[in-house]
Amino acid sequence: MSWSSRWFIFVALLAFYSVFLPYPLQAQENPYIVTYDQFLEEPGNLEVEYFSTYQTQRGGNNSHAYWMEFEYGATAWWTTELYLDGQTTFHDSTVFTGVRWENRFRPLRREHWINPVLYVEYERVNGADKILKEIEGHDVESDALAPNAEARRQINNELELKLILGSNFKGWNVSENFLFVKNLTNEPWEFGYAVGASRPLALKASSTRCSFCPQNFVAGAEMYGGLGDRYNFGLHETSHYFAPVLAWNIPAGWTLRVSPTFGLNDNSHKFMLRWGIAHEISGFGGMVKQLFGGRS
Amino acid sequence: MTRCSLAVGVCVALMAGSLALAQNQKVAEKVQPRHSHSYSELTKVPESARARQNPLQQDPEAVAAGKILFEDHCQECHGSSGQNGKHGPSLRAPEVQNAPPGALFWVLSGGVIRKGMPVWSKLPEAQRWQLVRYLKSLGIDEVPVVGNAVADR
Repeated sequence: MSWSSRWFIFVALLAFYSVFLPYPLQAQENPYIVTYDQFLEEPGNLEVEYFSTYQTQRGGNNSHAYWMEFEYGATAWWTTELYLDGQTTFHDSTVFTGVRWENRFRPLRREHWINPVLYVEYERVNGADKILKEIEGHDVESDALAPNAEARRQINNELELKLILGSNFKGWNVSENFLFVKNLTNEPWEFGYAVGASRPLALKASSTRCSFCPQNFVAGAEMYGGLGDRYNFGLHETSHYFAPVLAWNIPAGWTLRVSPTFGLNDNSHKFMLRWGIAHEISGFGGMVKQLFGGRS
Repeated sequence: MTRCSLAVGVCVALMAGSLALAQNQKVAEKVQPRHSHSYSELTKVPESARARQNPLQQDPEAVAAGKILFEDHCQECHGSSGQNGKHGPSLRAPEVQNAPPGALFWVLSGGVIRKGMPVWSKLPEAQRWQLVRYLKSLGIDEVPVVGNAVADR
């Protein structure tokens, strides 16, 4: 079989698998949009996600930013992700804004009170990027005022490191992220944070399958913002957001998240509506391996 | 734009590489004989965890709820009846079925990360106890667990 035929079968299988899963998988995701918890993707599973952010803009045009995310559980201690970002600024244009490659590693073998995860990301995004997947340094609302044609000319190659800490207590998940970002040109380290807490609406599972059972809903809140840079650390000229979050883990591997987000100071976008839909494909790695001649 | 395409290409290649590496590692794990050392994690359970009682032991719905959780999260690796799984060891082996509920809960919560089993503390504690109830309800499979027997059956 030729390679092109194999690729065609691969894409067809991916579509088929997404609809007719061999197992009645149900994702169990926390509702955060920005904050990371300590849990990695299950090995061999692929999660395909689409996220959308509508944001208001004082003194300029509102915009709609979005990203696709492909999250793969390489092992039980390593998850790798590819992001493709874009945005539409109303009365301006739609532009592709860049790519990100992210890796998360779980260094400890066992579960503890506080569980660290190390995060390493390389991103190549242009100045028109508005997805606000994280807030760092002195990111402020007025950064988004430049027209797309001008902003996209600036290319940023950035290395982003995070220390993710996560704990579970009486059904609650509490996660804290500490962010360190280095633009690979001659710019100082920038810092940021994100914290989140969430809990399923019911802790026990139902004895029958259901879509609207309370245990399928996870509610909580997150807060995130910038902390300046190496030479100007602190809250001066930084933006901060608070957001209630809700996730609905729908049977068959789908998760829907929604988060109305409120800016906490004059440097922040006043309001953002963020939502995302994710679909987890169970056993994806084995399927690919089989297709290309290996054993699953 | 050319640079951008190059960056996308590099990222896709790295993703593909990591996928292939991970799958090779899984194959390497699978050819290891699956005798009793597949259950060695159960011997590491602290005494305090082993002594914990299942708070849902008397819950009449716990087994049914645990079965649904098992189908959603476990059967892909361990097989639909807790055995004959593609990646995980049989859960109907005496090592598992004779283990106290607290020991199963401990392994389930912390996973066996280096051997590919993820942490399941993302499930609320009550749901993990429901899973333990279901696992214990499966009973012992009488065929002895020797060599690759469990993996290949």
